Amino acid sequence: MKTLFALLLSLLSLCALAADAEIPIAIRDHRFDPGEIRVPAGQKVKLVVHNQDATPEEFESHELNREKLIAPGTKASIFIGPLKPGRYPFFGEFNEKTARGAVIAE
Amino acid sequence: MLGSAIIVFREALEAALIIGIIAAATRGMQARNFWLLTGISAGLAGSLIVASLTGQIAELAEGAGQELFNAGILGLAAAMLAWHNIWMARHGMQLARDARQLGQDVTSGNREMSALAAVVALAILREGSETALFLYGLLTGGEETLATVLGGGAIGLLVGTLAGYGLYAGFVRIPTRMFFAATSGLILLLAAAMTSQAARFLVQADILPSLATPLWDTSWLLDNASLVGRFLHTLAGYEAMPSGIQVVFYSTTLILILAGMRIFRVRPPSTAIQ
Repeated sequence: MKTLFALLLSLLSLCALAADAEIPIAIRDHRFDPGEIRVPAGQKVKLVVHNQDATPEEFESHELNREKLIAPGTKASIFIGPLKPGRYPFFGEFNEKTARGAVIAE
Repeated sequence: MLGSAIIVFREALEAALIIGIIAAATRGMQARNFWLLTGISAGLAGSLIVASLTGQIAELAEGAGQELFNAGILGLAAAMLAWHNIWMARHGMQLARDARQLGQDVTSGNREMSALAAVVALAILREGSETALFLYGLLTGGEETLATVLGGGAIGLLVGTLAGYGLYAGFVRIPTRMFFAATSGLILLLAAAMTSQAARFLVQADILPSLATPLWDTSWLLDNASLVGRFLHTLAGYEAMPSGIQVVFYSTTLILILAGMRIFRVRPPSTAIQ
C-alpha cells in the first residue's frame, strides 16, 4: 500500500514537472472571466479555475468531457486536450444561465 | 425553485437508477430492505460529510484529490458489482430453482447484501454530496428562500426516485427464467460505466493519458446533455465523446467480469447441488 502511494505521488510529481500551458479563468458573480479561452490545438492544457464567489460551482463540459466541483474561494486544476481545432463550450452547472464559456482550440 | 428541482432531479436520477437495479437484482434475498436502507442512510450521512470537506478533499494530492476520491469510489463500487455478478453466476441457478434456499443461507446472503448496500451508499455519496453543495450555494446566494430551495429539491428528489422505482417495477415483471440474465447484464454494464468514469477523472487530473480526445463523436446522434443521453450514461456508460482510455477501461471491465462469471459458474446439473 505504501509503495503504491509512493508510486502514485512520484507519478503526480512527474506530471507536475511536465510543463503544460496553464490558463487562468476566474468565476465572478456566477460568470466565467474570460468567457472565451484560446488554446493551442494538439496540446495538453491545464485550466486553473479560481472560484471567487462565496458559493460552490461545478465546472462542466460535455464537449471536453470534464466535470469538477470548485469550493468557494478555491482554485481547481483541470487538464484538457490535446484537442482538435474547434469550439468546446463549458458551463457552471450550478448557475447554468449565467456561467457559460468556451474553449477555442486553434 | 425550478433550478433546484432540475438539478436535484438529475443527481437523484443517477442514484435512484442504480438503487433500482440493485433492488431488483437482490429480490428475494434475506433482509434486503434492511440492507438497502442501511446503504441509503450511510450514503446520505456520508454526502453531508463529503460536501462539507469539498475544499479540503480537492487540495489533497497536489490538487488531484477530488479526482482520486471520485475514481476511488467508482472503482470500489465497480469491484463490488463485479463480485456480485460472479457470486450470482455461482448461486443464481440455486436461487432460480428455489428462492428460499438462498434466503436460508444467511451468512452468505448477508455478506452479499452488505457489498451491494455499499454500492448504494457510494452512489448516493457521489450524487448526494454534489446536491448538498448545490443547495447550499442556492441558499447562501440569497436569490432563493429556504422554502423554494427545499420545495424544488423535494420535487426533484420525488421525480428522480419515481424513475428509479419505475425501473425496479419493470424489472421485477421479467419472468424468472430471464431475470438473472437481465439483472447480471445491467450490473455488468453499470460496473463498466463506473470504471470508464473513473478513467475520465484520472485523465482530468493528468494521472492517466487520454489516448484520444475524443475517440469518436456521436453527439449528433445522442447528446450526453439530453435526458436519454443521461439515462444511458448512468446505466450503460454511454459517452458521446469518450477518450480512448475510457473505452479501454470499459471493455477491460466487461471482459474481466465476463471471464470471472464463466470461470466460477456452477455447471448444471450435477454440480449445482452443494
